[in-house]
Amino acid sequence: MDRETNRVREQVLRMSGVNVLKCMRCGKCSGTCPSYEEMDYHPHEFVYMVEKGEIDKLMASESVYKCLTCFACVERCPRGVEPAKLIEAVRLEMVRKQGQNRLKPDRIPALLDEELPQQAIVTAMRKYTK
Amino acid sequence: MQRIGVFVCHCGTNIAGTVDVKAVAEALKSEPGVVFSTEYQYMCSEAGQNIIKNAIREHQLTGVVICSCSPRMHEATFRKTASAAGLNPYMVEIANIREQVSWIHKDMKAGTEKAIILGRAAIAKVSLNAPLIPGESPVVKRALVIGGGIAGIQTALDIADAGFEVDIVEKEPTIGGKMTQLDKTFPTLDCAACILTPKMVDCAQNEKIRIYSYSEVSEVKGFVGNFTVTIKKKARYVDELKCTGCGECTEKCPQKKVPNAFNLGLDNRRAIYIPFAQAVPKVATIDADYCNMLKNGKCGVCAKVCGAGAIDYKQKDSFIEERYGAIVVATGFNPIKLDAYEEYGYKQSKDVITSLELERLMNAAGPNGGTLLRPSDKTHPHTIVFVQCVGSRCDDGKGKSYCSKICCMYTAKHAMLIREKYPDTEVYVFYIDVRTPGKNFDEFYRRAVEEYGVHYIKGMVGKVAPQPDGKLLVQGSDLLADEQLRVEADLVVLAAAIEPDKTARSLGTMLTASMDTNDFFTEAHPKLRPVESPTAGIFLSGVCQGPKDIPETVSQAGAAASKVIGLLAKDKLTCNPCVAHSDEMLCNGCSACEKVCPYGAITYSDKEFRGPNRTTLIRRVASVNDAVCQGCGACTVACPSGAMDLKGFSNSQIMAEVDAICK
Repeated sequence: MDRETNRVREQVLRMSGVNVLKCMRCGKCSGTCPSYEEMDYHPHEFVYMVEKGEIDKLMASESVYKCLTCFACVERCPRGVEPAKLIEAVRLEMVRKQGQNRLKPDRIPALLDEELPQQAIVTAMRKYTK
Repeated sequence: MQRIGVFVCHCGTNIAGTVDVKAVAEALKSEPGVVFSTEYQYMCSEAGQNIIKNAIREHQLTGVVICSCSPRMHEATFRKTASAAGLNPYMVEIANIREQVSWIHKDMKAGTEKAIILGRAAIAKVSLNAPLIPGESPVVKRALVIGGGIAGIQTALDIADAGFEVDIVEKEPTIGGKMTQLDKTFPTLDCAACILTPKMVDCAQNEKIRIYSYSEVSEVKGFVGNFTVTIKKKARYVDELKCTGCGECTEKCPQKKVPNAFNLGLDNRRAIYIPFAQAVPKVATIDADYCNMLKNGKCGVCAKVCGAGAIDYKQKDSFIEERYGAIVVATGFNPIKLDAYEEYGYKQSKDVITSLELERLMNAAGPNGGTLLRPSDKTHPHTIVFVQCVGSRCDDGKGKSYCSKICCMYTAKHAMLIREKYPDTEVYVFYIDVRTPGKNFDEFYRRAVEEYGVHYIKGMVGKVAPQPDGKLLVQGSDLLADEQLRVEADLVVLAAAIEPDKTARSLGTMLTASMDTNDFFTEAHPKLRPVESPTAGIFLSGVCQGPKDIPETVSQAGAAASKVIGLLAKDKLTCNPCVAHSDEMLCNGCSACEKVCPYGAITYSDKEFRGPNRTTLIRRVASVNDAVCQGCGACTVACPSGAMDLKGFSNSQIMAEVDAICK
């Protein structure tokens, strides 16, 4: 693993507080994920890819934004690995780079609909912007 | 004046390769008290031992120091050698210059220096050694087995077979344990009852075996060879000696709505019951929580129909005191409660069951007479999903961190039996790893896949959602295909983790037998003493020590029995003389030692002492039971007044060693 890859990997591990080595590859996270079909990389792959240092691939992936942050994987992981926290950390790693915002905050009002709960708006702000 | 002999061993090149043994022997010659010093290639060989014996006689040695391997290896050997030459065996000290020097150091100079220092320490200690004479204690020739499952039954039968009397204490109304609830057993698929019930009957008919059913151990006193145990016989409201087990009462009892514990609540029984047809002893028991007569005095039907006059509503719990030489723990296991795993819907749907419940559903004596039907609507399930590792290998605070060991095999068995009996049923098994070490085990699992077409899917189930039409939507990972799988199932079977029986913890405290964080009893040595507890006279049999299947349980039960037989065959036990003792004149009666003693070897009593001017003082002082003390030394550290000391490892001896090292 080169130095820069390792730095990013360490950064993601530190931000998420996740120990990827606790994973026993059972796949329960992907078994429970409601966004599974939307994703190119799935929660269990996330954990393994962070272990291998393939953060670049993850940052380029749609999965980062398809994760609903519902925390079902965190709740149900038998080893306490918490895959959603890894995804959150990769997302943060993205938005920390300049000009990497997925959405401009001023676009959000146009996307809102009446039915959308307040909490979802806050979540969306947290997920897509810095 | 001490006359000490020093013997340095080469251990071939094991020691001599890194330690200059000649220099060690030479250096130690000038230590105070040393009158003889030599080295030899193999001190433990017969020739080597003769050198020691001859030196003891020739030089009238009063103490011997052997610089060799670890005392765990050859201390006993060299003590015997000394003894044969007329020296007290406890006047031998070992300086470990192999494991602690030659095997861990590369530098000859440093190694030699360290070997000399260790030799010096041993010489300093042996100068203060006093001859010790081991005491003896008698052995009560009767064993107690706590738990009457297959582990307890096998242990009891083996002990009885050797001619010793043995009692089984079982908390349920019948012996037999979990195995009575199983339908078939892997990997041969023979019926559990067919191989277990003859053993249960053997127990009942064996003159040497007494069964205390519906009883619990309530107090344990004493020590190896001489335990006094109080057994609580719970009131079953039926006279065991009069009841013939005819079952008339269990048919006439009007209270029909009692969940049948034997069938895990899948059907109902009466308030007076015999758990199953082959129960031993075959005696009825009244469930006081449901009996109308016991609750509000209105009924009495069973007493009216009982031809033997065995019903006794006034029966009370009774207590029996018995003495035993050895105690075997065989308390077994239970599946864990699955309440914390909401995602599997065990609470929400009757058709999500545990594997043990499936055993009852498939058993001929079960709620459906052996036909596999869904508990909810009594229809045939056509798609069945098995989920492995439910609560096992979990680090999430909800389950157990260990592998329950038996689930892979019984799930393969269930899948195979279902495909055999109902070929129109599709069976899916979601697994993380399939673990099948054991004779003919992997072949068995492969048969399930190759011959019976069971669908094994590598991945875990994420959730089970009951649907309005009664189906169960199972959503899980298929990791090898990298897809999320959805299966519409009729029945979901969860392989729940197993845990030690709830009674194990309190029993462990009573026996002062150590346990691990999961409440499994700890063995004296994980490899070399697997069926003994570190507490002398306590032996372990079956799952109380760790998850295991029936073949393993039976072998361990036999091993525990042979250890018990070895103990009971002795008339007297030789005690380890390196035990703690209290100097009563120094003891301040604070109880610190009693609290730290892991074996319960220390007791306090009021003793009379002569005071000044012909007065008599009464002081509370500690005394150590030599037969129970294991010589761990915890009390000597805890004692604030320095009254507690360990024979053979006294505080002054240890300080002398430290001084010699620091000199």
